[in-house]
Amino acid sequence: MMWLSPRALRVWQRNRDVFFALGKSEMPGLIIEPVLVLLSMGLGLGAYVGDIGGRDYMEFIAPGIIAAYGMFAATFECTYGSFVRLDYQKTFDAIISTPLGVGDIVTGEILWGATRALLTTTTVLAMAAAFGLVHSPMAILALPVGVLSGLMFASISLTFTAVAPGITTFNYFFTLFITPMFYFSGVFFPLSSFNETVRTLSWIAPLTPVARLMRAVVEGKLEWRLIGSMAEIIGVTLVFFSLAQLLMKKRLFR
Amino acid sequence: MPIIEAKNLVKRYGEFVAVKGVDLAIEAGECFGLLGPNGAGKTTLVRMITAVSPITEGQAFVAGMDVTREPSKVKALIGVVPQEENLDPDFTVLKNLLVFARYFDIPSKEARRRAMAILEFFELAARQRAKIKELSGGMKRRLLIARALLNEPSILVLDEPTVGLDPQTKHLVWERLRTLKERGTTQLLTTQNMEEAAVLADRLAVVHEGRIVALGTPAELIARHGGREIIEAQVSSDRRETVLAELRKRGVYWQEVGRTIYIFRCDGDGLTQLSEMGLDILGRRVPTLEDVFLRLTGRALIE
Repeated sequence: MMWLSPRALRVWQRNRDVFFALGKSEMPGLIIEPVLVLLSMGLGLGAYVGDIGGRDYMEFIAPGIIAAYGMFAATFECTYGSFVRLDYQKTFDAIISTPLGVGDIVTGEILWGATRALLTTTTVLAMAAAFGLVHSPMAILALPVGVLSGLMFASISLTFTAVAPGITTFNYFFTLFITPMFYFSGVFFPLSSFNETVRTLSWIAPLTPVARLMRAVVEGKLEWRLIGSMAEIIGVTLVFFSLAQLLMKKRLFR
Repeated sequence: MPIIEAKNLVKRYGEFVAVKGVDLAIEAGECFGLLGPNGAGKTTLVRMITAVSPITEGQAFVAGMDVTREPSKVKALIGVVPQEENLDPDFTVLKNLLVFARYFDIPSKEARRRAMAILEFFELAARQRAKIKELSGGMKRRLLIARALLNEPSILVLDEPTVGLDPQTKHLVWERLRTLKERGTTQLLTTQNMEEAAVLADRLAVVHEGRIVALGTPAELIARHGGREIIEAQVSSDRRETVLAELRKRGVYWQEVGRTIYIFRCDGDGLTQLSEMGLDILGRRVPTLEDVFLRLTGRALIE
């Protein structure tokens, strides 16, 4: 299939090189912000909440925050980042004049988005471990979960980017989709705390299976029913990966 | 066999037809110019030939390959210099070239060797570590051309390569493009600059409203459409109708812009007593490519 051509790697390499060229400015989102959230919510709110299901509140939210910041990393990269390359810098126009095609660009961008998710997952997991919130060696599985989640959110984001008329449109994407997921997908509270309507919405939100998986691996409590969550992530990824391919082709190859 | 061949190329965007059936055959080693006003369809035509825009109807071949079937192989043979600067602002000059070379699978050692040689060729070697935003407009354009040469293309496609450049840079670019042609690189050039077309192009196609309306060497086009002499004249409004009727009778082509009439004289038109007809002659001159262009594409502003 053309979409999985090794040429996509060239796009990934280009983005990686930019990341290293700009290195330092990526730090706040990568480490500082998730740690701030973990500490403020964990210590502040945690003092009132006590524990959830026998674990300390901070321990409860740590896997959720790992999941959420992985999502943010892939999402920022494939919305604002990709849009700047698409529209402002015309990087994609330059690339399609070479042997690479739109399919390679889309695949490369999504792989890079997933890589950003992996980087963030790794640093936040390491931070959580440093705060003594990780006890099971299974927690290392957070990394592949981060990659899967990254592929999914990168695909969703790039689909939106392909149809976004301008960069301000992303306000809708974040306010109506990403931010609500941050609060209602089981990152800070168990889904059972919500009423029926909210819970139904939470079940649909793609961050929910990621948070569930992340919590399971970080706590080392693997169960068979998690296969369902994985299938959900993979399914959503395939749908949006294809959509991103089609819509980006429509936008660039015209 | 022509290195670029277009057969009845058509491009439709919904109702709008940007290219209305273009046939083209460009020989290896020639510099072929597409001349036309804004919105004539030049860029769309070139985009189809270079496999970055789908062809609505017709076919295009580059080095015998169908561009729709083998876009990657076609693009590997082409170097594209876009009109709009699209360098990577986060990289240095050299890094821009190295990253671009990677898209063509050029091994990094070879890429570096080529990049340095090309930077030398375009007098940019001293700026290899500069950031893109530190470059002047002329340097950016030279770098864009340099970038298009990394894959040692058989065909160099240039979209208005010297628009907005100072004369020094413009002449440097022209000189380098001529050197490249001597080395055998086919060039496909779109331009609105008549001087550039005359200086660089072996053959020209004048594109107007999605069609090629004239094709030939610059000298042929001038001989065919510019006539022997251009007369710029003015006429008082009461004599205007009589004069124009006389010109029409003699089959002479003219254009009227405001109060000025441009008369395209040809041999044997018998126009000898212009001033007696009531024409106030402002000047006579040898026709240029610009006269041909204006004759074929009209003097009206194209929005």
